[in-house]
Amino acid sequence: MAANKPRTSSFSRNVGVVPTSQVPGLKHGPNGTVFLSSGIADLDKILGGGFCLGSLVIIMEDPDAPHHMLLLRNFMSQGLVHKQPLFYASPAKEPRGFLGTLPNPVSLKDDKSREHDTEQEKTLRIAWQYKKYFEDQNLDSQKDGKVEYCSDFDLRRPLDRHALSGQCIDCVSLQDCPNLATLYDRCSTFLAQIPRFDGNITLAGRISIQSFSAPQCHFSDKEWDMLSFIRSLKSLVRSSNAVAVMTFPPTLVSPTVLKRWQHLADTLLSVRALGSDEDKDLAKLLTGYQDMLGLLNVHKVARINTQVPVILEATTYSMKLHKRRSLVLECLNQAPVDGSSGTSYATSGSCSVSSKTGAFDF
Amino acid sequence: MMSSNSANNLLDEALGFNDDGGGGGGGLLLLIEDRVETSGAFILHHLIKRRISSPNRPNDVVVFLSFAHPFSHYDRILRKMGCNLGVQKENKRFVYYDMLNLNYPEGEQGAEDLLLSVYGKIQKTVELCSSREGYKNSTIMIDDISLMEVALCGSSNLVLDFLHYCYSLATQFDCLVIILNHEDVYSTVDVPSPLLQMEYLANIVIKAEPLATGLATDVHGQLTVLNKGICQGSGCSKSKIRNFHFRVKENCVEYFYPGSRT
Repeated sequence: MAANKPRTSSFSRNVGVVPTSQVPGLKHGPNGTVFLSSGIADLDKILGGGFCLGSLVIIMEDPDAPHHMLLLRNFMSQGLVHKQPLFYASPAKEPRGFLGTLPNPVSLKDDKSREHDTEQEKTLRIAWQYKKYFEDQNLDSQKDGKVEYCSDFDLRRPLDRHALSGQCIDCVSLQDCPNLATLYDRCSTFLAQIPRFDGNITLAGRISIQSFSAPQCHFSDKEWDMLSFIRSLKSLVRSSNAVAVMTFPPTLVSPTVLKRWQHLADTLLSVRALGSDEDKDLAKLLTGYQDMLGLLNVHKVARINTQVPVILEATTYSMKLHKRRSLVLECLNQAPVDGSSGTSYATSGSCSVSSKTGAFDF
Repeated sequence: MMSSNSANNLLDEALGFNDDGGGGGGGLLLLIEDRVETSGAFILHHLIKRRISSPNRPNDVVVFLSFAHPFSHYDRILRKMGCNLGVQKENKRFVYYDMLNLNYPEGEQGAEDLLLSVYGKIQKTVELCSSREGYKNSTIMIDDISLMEVALCGSSNLVLDFLHYCYSLATQFDCLVIILNHEDVYSTVDVPSPLLQMEYLANIVIKAEPLATGLATDVHGQLTVLNKGICQGSGCSKSKIRNFHFRVKENCVEYFYPGSRT
């Protein structure tokens, strides 16, 4: 009734919400946020829908293994599928080489079998009232000729060359940046081409910065400059329709600065490889250890426009390859033990997992 | 008003805030410390609401320096709590300064000038407000003072100077200064001096920490409130420590003693 008057009450109806399917690759979330897919269906599910537009995602790398690249590749490939503008910065001399390593999306035909399986399982486990929502989703994702929100990527097959042509991809070598001001300028010119948020989003951009604090970069010893850059990048991204994903080796920054980085992140993830000698005891504890590529830890989930923290069922997930081609994340499945399994990552995981024994279906 | 009915929760009690939506008046510094795992921002939201929505003090302002989030973020959160920041902003009761793009200028002098200009703005606002009729006290809030340090490229001395300025302004005009900082940022430094100095300066310290057993869906963490007490006429100055759990919801926060929930 008071729709035309200026808003004076604190309660107002959320009018003018754009239907989900209008822009491919974007999905409306709670509190007026818009999600963009991370390129990994399971990660989207864990994070409640994907990465929030306007958020800064920080991934702590395993210093000895390139697992963060798996996440970055899927993230960027998904952007290509949705024809979103991309920005990629890495310490490599030739950052464009990264584009050659991007995985190819699996065609819909092969994909259907898996999609169907999981949906079937779900409907069995979920109360009947909610069934209709899942049917809706099913329809959405299986509509032929339409781009899915999150594609399935075949990690064994590199992307077709022609998929890159005609796309807006900005590549920057961190080695060529004499200081962070240049990198910041590159980011802001990239973001300037994406129309600003005006209630109706048409396009979203993706920024990836790989191994930000790597020693090859000229600025790697200037910790305050790097912090200041992250802070500026964060506010830049916050006011535009983009998501920035940044990975860095946490061992290369001092502990106190590391904490500041973690505070700056909207979403904080870490990856860790498995297979070293220390992990031998893990092999006994976890089922399916042989198939695991590594572990993914979710430390923080973006909290934009809300004060309620997201509490996940589990914070540690195993990274596996489904049919040896696509990346999936699974909760750790383990026998109930006392939880003193040695490494810090594993203990935090076992706490949250063992309290929910039997809730996982594999 | 519903807010004042439900306002007497454990946090307000521990802070010594009274029912009229204010309390904790003249020259107080309130420091909120949080961690990566447990954000303390919800205390800021609660205090904004308390200070703004009280009907007894229509002329008091909240000056908000934001380093962490844009206005829209706070507007949405406070709207869910039943407080319209947009309207309050128009009424000049909520004065929001966007510090997100505050960039450090080259050199020490530049940074000092920058802070002085920010301080000048706050001072003007508070002075103007205090000249109005029925003025009781104002609030100066800084969300995430650690980002101020980052914006000034790590010169924590300048940040502390700024705090001292604000504090003296607060004593002069009966203001409440509320700052948010991160405890764990300093925990690994050999000399955590900036945090220690802030704690020394503060009259009330609120620490938000995760539970030792990890996060759970029904308990989001625990608060430790150290109220140093004010030296009142009788000369007694007592500090008290309270500890309780909390659960953050969209429109409010539940506070309860450990074990009092089934």
